[in-house]
Amino acid sequence: MIPELGHFALILALLLSTAQAFFSFGGAARGTEPWMAAGRTAVVGQFVFIALAFGALAWSFVERDFSVLYVASNSHSELPLFYRIAAVWGAHEGSLLLWSLILAGWTLAVTAASSSLDAPFRSRVLGFLGLISIGFQLFMLGTSNPFTRLMPAAAEGLDLNPLLQDFALAVHPPILYLGYVGFSVAFAFACATLFEGRLDAAWARWTRPWTLVAWLFLTIGIALGSWWAYYELGWGGWWFWDAVENASFMPWLAGTALIHSLAVTEKRGLFKSWTLLLAISAFSLSLLGTFLVRSGVLISVHAFATDPERGIFILAFLTVVVGGSLLMYAWRAPRLKSSAGFEVTSRESFMLFNNALVVTALSLILLGTLYPLFMDALELGKVSVGPPYFNLVFLVPMLPLLALLGVGMHAAWKRGLLAAMRTRLYAVAGASVAASAIIGAAAYGEVRPMTTIGFALAIWVMLSSLLVPLVRLRSRQRLPAAVLGMVFAHFGVGLATLGITGVESFKVEKDFALGIGDGVTIAGYDFKYAALRDVRGPNYNGVEADVVVSRRGEPVAVLKPQKRHYNSGGNPLSEAGIEVGAARDLFAALGDDLGQGRWSFRLQYKPLIRFVWLGAILVALGGLFAALDHRYRRRVTAEVRDAAAAALP
Amino acid sequence: MTPRRKRLLAVLGILVGVGAAAALATLAFEDNLLYFYNPSQVLAGDAPQGRTFRIGGMVTDGSLERTEGTLEVRFVVTDYRNSIPVRYEGLLPDLFREGQGMIAHGRMGTGGEFVADEVLAKHDENYMPPEVAESLHDPQPARVAE
Repeated sequence: MIPELGHFALILALLLSTAQAFFSFGGAARGTEPWMAAGRTAVVGQFVFIALAFGALAWSFVERDFSVLYVASNSHSELPLFYRIAAVWGAHEGSLLLWSLILAGWTLAVTAASSSLDAPFRSRVLGFLGLISIGFQLFMLGTSNPFTRLMPAAAEGLDLNPLLQDFALAVHPPILYLGYVGFSVAFAFACATLFEGRLDAAWARWTRPWTLVAWLFLTIGIALGSWWAYYELGWGGWWFWDAVENASFMPWLAGTALIHSLAVTEKRGLFKSWTLLLAISAFSLSLLGTFLVRSGVLISVHAFATDPERGIFILAFLTVVVGGSLLMYAWRAPRLKSSAGFEVTSRESFMLFNNALVVTALSLILLGTLYPLFMDALELGKVSVGPPYFNLVFLVPMLPLLALLGVGMHAAWKRGLLAAMRTRLYAVAGASVAASAIIGAAAYGEVRPMTTIGFALAIWVMLSSLLVPLVRLRSRQRLPAAVLGMVFAHFGVGLATLGITGVESFKVEKDFALGIGDGVTIAGYDFKYAALRDVRGPNYNGVEADVVVSRRGEPVAVLKPQKRHYNSGGNPLSEAGIEVGAARDLFAALGDDLGQGRWSFRLQYKPLIRFVWLGAILVALGGLFAALDHRYRRRVTAEVRDAAAAALP
Repeated sequence: MTPRRKRLLAVLGILVGVGAAAALATLAFEDNLLYFYNPSQVLAGDAPQGRTFRIGGMVTDGSLERTEGTLEVRFVVTDYRNSIPVRYEGLLPDLFREGQGMIAHGRMGTGGEFVADEVLAKHDENYMPPEVAESLHDPQPARVAE
């Protein structure tokens, strides 16, 4: 009964999304307030019904209703409650429902917060959001209904993939989706703007906090995914350039370019059409990412053949959204002229460099991610693009980006670099290079060129970020939240660079066959396999090893890697034993019983790896500060709008 | 600078940038494209000699052998027409099992043995790598190892 109610709620939600789009566009076109109000009411209704549908699916999971195909495929009677709820978005159908719910949530938030906007414009924004909702709900009802019954009901579920039974991965999809879907707001704003053919400073001011919030969620989501891969996949890598990772990283890069470009559009009325294009790209890449990850397309285009309806729907939907918005862009963008000029060393220039470099990296990553799909579709053989490709095409644009970042933060709008800052920046640059060489030599006993460049850029970005509040406070200027956000985010970028350089330069990863009492030394740490015992969990049992780590005779830690067998059957799962430290992680994963009392182990030394995620957290925190800045909360009054519009010819 | 020259410079800048990016992509692609072959294709001589590639198929039942107490494992990968022995030293992934799909990365060693430096198993329980699934269905004449 409950699943049928959920199914029914989903159908009603689709009807309400249609009403939302119809009345919003119709009302905006005819200028009739009652229609526009009806569109807004439909937003509320759509949210309520999609939430009911989501609740019904969650209820089916909590109650272990194995007569629902999706529940039977992704749950198990012994699965703990927390994971039964997380299993709702553990596979394709449920993730689409979550996507749709989050979209309805964002739409509701936009409706609530947008009363100060021009009425027809506001309506068109809601109309475009409604169109996206329609697409997703049609997709679910047509090809991926999570409420499909299984007749006869299964006696037992197939269980949620054990890899997904983990806290970080349980919360990873919702947070990631908050980011993905959040870009739909900027997208709908861009579409409405293109539709009306005018763009003023108020537009950029209005879009910025929404984009920032979406972007910060995406940042946290990606960091969570990376952290999970590190400890749960058992191999201790933090980034694999896997297509699934790229799918979330590409919208992030587009979003990063977008928040910078938006700043220029707001402050100076420049880069208008470029900003719109980035808003369209960020959301299009989010859509692409959602479909790539959850529909099996990535692994092979021929996965479509197993489920042609899904494939065709996805292609059609992407074509409509991406193609439609780009067509509108081609038609309207030439109207949006930016006419102000700026100096080569001004803030605008640096933002331009930022955008050029980020978009270059993004395009090359997109090329590498989609290339295997094209080759496969054209029957040119099965290829995969290895991580070294991505490392190279990401690194090359990032080096100048980091170097310029440190200067760009101090450049003034329009006029350019202040002479007073120049000497300070020279000093900071010198200090960074010196500190980098000293760190390499003192901490790791080595000075390598790439490592030195990495550390120097990291320290340069961090010090240069800290210089911003120092200079401001000394000259008794205010320190608005937006500036503080910038400082945090850029400092975080520096910190992450430090971590990445450290771990990639000095990590040690080795596999060993060890019997009890055997020891090996890696990176100056002595690892000794001391004991093996049986362990039992709520829905699994397995073995746990004690790996005692010491350094120069001093005990450091006891790592407890496990090998688990879940009661639902299936493959075993390795749980890594990790000793966390600011300077380094020590990592042990348990492999297989090799016979003769020996087990295989993967032992690792990961210097500075924590800074990668700490950096990401600071970046997200920076986004939060910036989004909370005073000036976004002030109502954009009609006068401000008119004045801003008048200032730009 | 006149607006005309400014525009000219901007266009030149974009051209140089796009050119540099294209050059970078080509350079990076050169060594990092990995081709996938099934055992039949390898035996037919399609796979490159002395270069790394990926081989995929099913792990033959009963073929997994360990050198007791060491990390060395040997198994046979098959596409049900032809088979290739694989040697690997290291930890096998959790999802690796006999009778199931896998992909290995490495190169051909001496004596027709594939020496893997990385072994990947299917991503989840109900799934085999699609490359493997398809290569099992490819209508291709069986070949006998020379």
